[in-house]
Amino acid sequence: MHDEQSTTRDTERGEMMTGETATARSAQPSARPTARLDAAVPGSATALEPAADVVMATRGMEVYYRDFRAIDPMDIDFSARQITALIGPSGCGKSTALRSLNRMNDLITGARVIGSVTYHGEDIYDNGIDPVEIRRRIGMVFQKPNPFPKSIFDNIAFGPRIAGFKGNMAELVEESLLKAALWDEVKDKLNESAFALSGGQQQRLCIARAIATSPDVLLMDEPCSALDPIATLRIEELMMELKENYSIIIVTHNMQQAARVSDMTAFFNVALNDRGQRTGHLVEFSPTDQLFTSPREKATEDYITGRFG
Amino acid sequence: MTATDTTEGVAGRPSLAGTKSSADKWFRWLLTIAGTSVLVILATMMMFTVFDAWPVFRHEGWSFVFSSTWDPGVSRTEITGQYGALAFIVGTLLTSAIALVVAVPLSIGTALYLTHAAPRAIKNPLTYAVELLAAVPSVVYGLWGLLFFVPVVLRPIMDFVAGTLGSFIPFLGPPVVTYNYFAAGIVLAIMVLPIITAVTREVMSKTPASEIAAAYALGATRWEMMRFVVLHRARPGIIGATMLGLGRALGETIAVAMLVGGSKLIGHSIFLGGQSMAGIIAVTFQEAAPENVKALIGVGVVLFVITIIVNVAARGIVLLTGGHVTGDAAL
Amino acid sequence: MSIDATPANAHPSLHTRSANAAKRKRKDRMMTGLLIFCVTLVLIPIALILYQVVQRGIGAMSWEFLSKVQPFAQRREGGGYLNGLFGTLYLLVIAVTVAVPLGIATATFIVEYKDSKLSPVIRFFTDVMSGVPSIFIGLYIYALLVQGRIGFSIGFSTLAGGLALSLLMLPIVARASEEVLRLVPDDLRNAAFGLGARRWQVVTKTVLPAASSGLITGSMLAVGRAAGETAPLLLTALGAFVVTPALVNAPQSALPLLIYNEARGPFDAAHARAWAGALELMLLVLILTIVARAVNRNHDMEQ
Repeated sequence: MHDEQSTTRDTERGEMMTGETATARSAQPSARPTARLDAAVPGSATALEPAADVVMATRGMEVYYRDFRAIDPMDIDFSARQITALIGPSGCGKSTALRSLNRMNDLITGARVIGSVTYHGEDIYDNGIDPVEIRRRIGMVFQKPNPFPKSIFDNIAFGPRIAGFKGNMAELVEESLLKAALWDEVKDKLNESAFALSGGQQQRLCIARAIATSPDVLLMDEPCSALDPIATLRIEELMMELKENYSIIIVTHNMQQAARVSDMTAFFNVALNDRGQRTGHLVEFSPTDQLFTSPREKATEDYITGRFG
Repeated sequence: MTATDTTEGVAGRPSLAGTKSSADKWFRWLLTIAGTSVLVILATMMMFTVFDAWPVFRHEGWSFVFSSTWDPGVSRTEITGQYGALAFIVGTLLTSAIALVVAVPLSIGTALYLTHAAPRAIKNPLTYAVELLAAVPSVVYGLWGLLFFVPVVLRPIMDFVAGTLGSFIPFLGPPVVTYNYFAAGIVLAIMVLPIITAVTREVMSKTPASEIAAAYALGATRWEMMRFVVLHRARPGIIGATMLGLGRALGETIAVAMLVGGSKLIGHSIFLGGQSMAGIIAVTFQEAAPENVKALIGVGVVLFVITIIVNVAARGIVLLTGGHVTGDAAL
Repeated sequence: MSIDATPANAHPSLHTRSANAAKRKRKDRMMTGLLIFCVTLVLIPIALILYQVVQRGIGAMSWEFLSKVQPFAQRREGGGYLNGLFGTLYLLVIAVTVAVPLGIATATFIVEYKDSKLSPVIRFFTDVMSGVPSIFIGLYIYALLVQGRIGFSIGFSTLAGGLALSLLMLPIVARASEEVLRLVPDDLRNAAFGLGARRWQVVTKTVLPAASSGLITGSMLAVGRAAGETAPLLLTALGAFVVTPALVNAPQSALPLLIYNEARGPFDAAHARAWAGALELMLLVLILTIVARAVNRNHDMEQ
């Protein structure tokens, strides 16, 4: 299946870039937009925290599957304790981009990442770093809930156990379930199978499970697409609560969801490149309100008004 | 269309009534007879053999399975010998146990490697190579074991173990003869490896990819993923696979007969010679007097019963846990 | 609560691995090594067997071996296994004639009439039958036909041995055929029914031809397995020193029987012949397997 250590990469060690797009690495026609929060558009309704912390950042990140370039170089700053949404049509690379943030792409043979992806200033693709460490700190929730065939308790305890947690597990499980707004519903049946829960509950269980390893970033890959509207609403409410303590990056194909929950939105689009391949690229990255009311790029406007998608 | 029976129906058109073809009926009958022949054969297997062995069963009673005195007589008409088959029952069970103790961990490891760790390029050739083990006839295993593997490779190992561990564990101790329970058990292990590996592989490859992804996303190493996700899910299937292997080991005749040493006693150490149920039949049948033949048939009945129980239970477990015994693996 | 007892704002560098993580990494590497060791251990026997059967077998193989029969005295050099080769082929012909039609018919019943209450019962017991020890099959045929429980006896003979092998093959053919027949899509059957065909026509003219290559493959693999069987033949065919064309009342030889007898004796000349016999037997099984898979591929290509 994979060998994590053999991910080949172009060791362009990125120095953090300030300001606007650097054109040096740009290879394709469209501009690579990047945005810092201090470049907020005047008059926007979003009250931004001045100089918010950046928890993760990509510079010139490209993703290849063997020869096929899946994503053109992209620069994004992900802010701490905010929700950043990645939206775009099918095949635009947003899930690939998300998976590159916790090195889950390493598990796919032939996948490589070029450019830099930093977490608190350190490049996660650096040679000395074990992906296992990264995934403890950057958690992931998947599209379809995927609990283990174990009890609810054991599901949550899985991550901490393998990481060698020696403290009070029952307390940790309770805390994680509380944070995921699931505790009241399952506190009497912690030893029952996780499969006895409804779809929405299972997804909250997966969120609790991811939180149990004390990450500070949560990646969510279309977490609501397998759920009904009521369950979806609960998860969205949960996300707003979670963002007080976690930085959340969510991929969603549901524009309205992005508009509802996120603080910043990145719009990806897909185009045929000069080799006839479908490559995704970042079109625009702005505060959510601004992207949805007065987008900078025409492609963005076309997408959000439904002219394609 | 040949209308076999038609009657006048509405408006002069041939009625559809009664057009069920007799050819269809004959066809179904033919196939049903073919199918039930299996049931008939199995039933008569039990009946005729038990019937033939009955005089010996009656003569010995329960000591047929609990006594180890096997002293055949030579009469054509009555039972004069003593027939206690315990030594052979022990031999069969012991060699099969040794085989499983060795084969099951190796099979699990091999199946794990093939399903979750092997580089894509060598996965198929390796899988095929392991399955090749099943294509070698039993008598060739016996020949190879007899003339090469046991005297050259196993004997030094046996001497070593008997000399070291054997000094405080009598079960593993001296004296050592070249052809013994251990030798038969090891070669038997090689023979059951392919079926246990094939079924285990099948079960492991059904581990849902989403659970594997979940484990990795929580920061598990590859071994942790294998141990907590793959093995956990595969456990019932592994039990079924093991029982299938046991069924195969119990019924194996020739390789064991050639390597187990041919002693009628129950050895106190695995490095002493013994005999299996199938083995005593194979080896002594041709020179056996009529009363001895009946006793050997009786031994066959005991073996049959044990093997059937194990096989039925095994297939039940494999099916219940979502595994699948493919046609090849059943070979 | 954080699981590593560091304050929530502290961010230890990703480079510094905790002691626990280093231990886990070592364990991961160790276990991978162990798994590779398992596979290597499993591959060693197959490599050894193939190598030695070929090496020692070729040494003793010769035209004489293929064309002469066994010497009466095991310690004599020379001679061959012609009697065994002839016997094995003769026995297999009988076994195939009985087991293949019966096995395919059983499988056809199980699949095409799967709504019948009898179908799962037969399927279950066919599986049970594949677990019957081969020596017991020999005992059964012995009791039935060699001794003559049913009134007449045919003695140790080719027919008895052939029937024993056919009982061995039957569940294998039935199981493999069943799987192949299940793979034939229902669309095909429905199309035939829709055109007004009767059940027997649908099965014989549509389903069976569609499955034919798989059925042949399954049967040939069963033959390959039967070719290597020894135990049942010990009790039914018994073995012979000469080429035996008789069907009943005369013991028959077979390759596995010869290998079995000559390997157990103390004579080097016999051992040498046994290795050559093993090579011959494995080549026979190999040819059958190759032909079986080639038939499958050819048919698929034609389609």
